[in-house]
Amino acid sequence: MQKIVTVCGMGIGTSVLLKMNVEKVLRARGQEAVVIAADIDSAPDVAIDAALILTSPEFETQLNGLQADVVVISNFFDLAEIDSKLADLVSEL
Amino acid sequence: MARNLVTSLPEVAIRLNQEVSSWKDAVRLSGEALAASGATTPEYTDEMIAAVEAHGPYIVIVPHIALAHSRPGPSVIADGLSWVSLVTPVEFGHPENDPVKVVIGLSSASHETHIATMASLAALLGDSQRRAELLSAKSVGNLKTLLAAYA
Repeated sequence: MQKIVTVCGMGIGTSVLLKMNVEKVLRARGQEAVVIAADIDSAPDVAIDAALILTSPEFETQLNGLQADVVVISNFFDLAEIDSKLADLVSEL
Repeated sequence: MARNLVTSLPEVAIRLNQEVSSWKDAVRLSGEALAASGATTPEYTDEMIAAVEAHGPYIVIVPHIALAHSRPGPSVIADGLSWVSLVTPVEFGHPENDPVKVVIGLSSASHETHIATMASLAALLGDSQRRAELLSAKSVGNLKTLLAAYA
């Protein structure tokens, strides 16, 4: 199963909330993936075998250069935004 | 065991109708409330402020609500939540979700233990109508009644 990593500064707050909303969107789409929340420091290791990284605008530049595609989510609770940004990418999962 | 938001948020960790002059003071109050409940040491408060200074105001996760937190470590005694509401909203510098009226403080003893609380929090923050009610809660009883809906 493919892996999606959600990233924030600390790995216990906003990235966990984003993980929950990503899982909700995937369920609605009838798709499955392993979704893991990580802090920005451990993200390069956690995401080494990930297909996708989802994060907020603050962390985008620190995550470029990894193999995974980096998707910026501006509103972590806008399920429509998450869905539309995943739409192009999860078809590959 | 799953813990709902009311049991995760003891009254000693609730500070309503506070007056502060900066985002730092707002985060400091949320840290003091966490420490008062026994969830953290005072050092955790400094860590929460340092996190915003290092990473920016992304903790203002939805309009008018900031989720102040650091990470598991020596300054965390237990999983905890605190709730601070402000009489006069303050700017955190977030491009869309300012000004902040409520700061929710969060501590987590490990990366796994607080998942049930976070699921309840996600349900609450994702519900814009309930969020509007929570933002205007003026009494502890009122707040608890609203939170109780998110088991």
